[in-house]
Amino acid sequence: MSSTIEHSEDDRGAFSSRKVFILAAIGSAVGLGNIWRFPYVAYENGGGAFLIPYLVALLTAGLPFLLLDYGLGHRYRGSAPLAFRRVHRSAEGLGWWQVAICFVIAVYYAAVIAWAARYAFFSFDKAWGDDPEGFLFGSYLQAGDPGIGLDFVSGVTVPLVLVWVAVLGIMALGVQKGIGAVAMIFIPILFIAFIALVVVALTLDGASAGLDALFTPDWGALGETSVWIAAFGQIFFSLSVGFGIMITYASYVGRRSDMTGSGLVVGFANSGFELLAGIGVFAALGFMATAAGTSVDEVATDGLGLAFIAFPAIINEAPAGALIGVLFFGSLVVAGVTSLVSVIEVVISAVRDKFEMTRIGASMAVGVPAALTSIILLGTTTGVYVLDIIDHFINRFGILVVAVASMLALSWVFRKTSLLREHLNRDGSVHIGRWWQWLIGLVAPAALTFILVSEFINNLEEPYEGYPTWMLNTLGWGLAVAVILLGFLAARMPWRDNTFLGDPEIHAQQDERSS
Amino acid sequence: MSTSAIIMMLIAMTILWGGLAVSIWNLNRSRGEEPGAVQRDL
Repeated sequence: MSSTIEHSEDDRGAFSSRKVFILAAIGSAVGLGNIWRFPYVAYENGGGAFLIPYLVALLTAGLPFLLLDYGLGHRYRGSAPLAFRRVHRSAEGLGWWQVAICFVIAVYYAAVIAWAARYAFFSFDKAWGDDPEGFLFGSYLQAGDPGIGLDFVSGVTVPLVLVWVAVLGIMALGVQKGIGAVAMIFIPILFIAFIALVVVALTLDGASAGLDALFTPDWGALGETSVWIAAFGQIFFSLSVGFGIMITYASYVGRRSDMTGSGLVVGFANSGFELLAGIGVFAALGFMATAAGTSVDEVATDGLGLAFIAFPAIINEAPAGALIGVLFFGSLVVAGVTSLVSVIEVVISAVRDKFEMTRIGASMAVGVPAALTSIILLGTTTGVYVLDIIDHFINRFGILVVAVASMLALSWVFRKTSLLREHLNRDGSVHIGRWWQWLIGLVAPAALTFILVSEFINNLEEPYEGYPTWMLNTLGWGLAVAVILLGFLAARMPWRDNTFLGDPEIHAQQDERSS
Repeated sequence: MSTSAIIMMLIAMTILWGGLAVSIWNLNRSRGEEPGAVQRDL
């Protein structure tokens, strides 16, 4: 039996060192949301005072949940479905639910990377002219009426194809030579490029006005529930926890690695980068407001509006506009690719484990359908609407729901948190106490459930962005339900006879004792 | 920038970047076990 497990572990691949694992995990956590979401969320929710709920959320929900994913993947040494299957037969569906969510996210995430790559080149000649918003929706995306069409836009489709070719190449190379190598090269580049962007932004006129707007504390905001919800939401969405990524990556780390110490590095690196992004983005927005003779409040925004409308406007006015553009959009591409790689790896790893497929076979079996779906749905004149709806619903009613379900199931149904705590503590440099189990079983699920219920009510009361009902029912609510059904249907497929479904740690310990 | 904004910015930098520095120092202090070799990935 032990030879079966060793053979299986050899075939799955692994990171060559803890350092590679940490960089890959940072690459996954640091994504587009760190750059375009955190600064505005902090600004809108108390400015400098937001630091307090943000830290509380990081310490009571973010890091504990990250360690839960680490413990699960590291102890049970498998992709999300295999790890959950090794916890309990009836838990496997949770893993496939996470896999289905990752497939959906990969499909639209690639499109944003393609846009950012195209905009990096647009920065050289400021192709958007004096009207970045008109250019984005008109000349570039050629956005028509909301719907699902097949009118392809070459400016989107070509970079989208290239993104998928690059990502599939990385995935086919494997865990160390693909994912690990990309993290080793791209993460230092990302940090250096963004630090350079921040330095340039800080030299612009009006940068201090932007920083003043971001950091001036509004202590009254601490009494508002919405501010605390925003803090927990930001931490949860930015750490890449709850949908299989950290489970998968942790299964590629050596058996006796320090997972708690690694988790702290990843958590603080993610938050540290968010702070850096906040400084860079608001320094640039301060410049934009000063140049336009208005207040920061008038120009502050987030998401696609920040990246593809506000930043082009900044690039138009700034002395080193092209440089800012290349650094900003280049950072988006790098942060996006390292996150996309981690998202699609959840699916590839699950398919490999379930069907005992080769790395290249699984990469193609997963990557080609994902790429085709992505190109057909997102490479068209209606792609921006499809992206907006799927992103909105799958984040809230996909990731949030599966995260709460996983935490509650592991804590109260399968009662594995005590075992996982002991496992993490065995080689961990930072010991976690029983309080961790309470945070995982009670505090974090309660906070996330509060967010979930609030979002659910909001979306029922007011249809998202006024999109047609049929689009919201299919790409939104329908997809959120479909990933659950698909997940639990996939769990009914049988495992191969030679797949070990017990607890690999127990067998490893027995082997150590017998030798 | 106002004094309160400068103070909050410095506190945020100290906690988040300082936390990162301390966690890296802690990790280097306890090296743990590294995998012996890169495992094959078919």
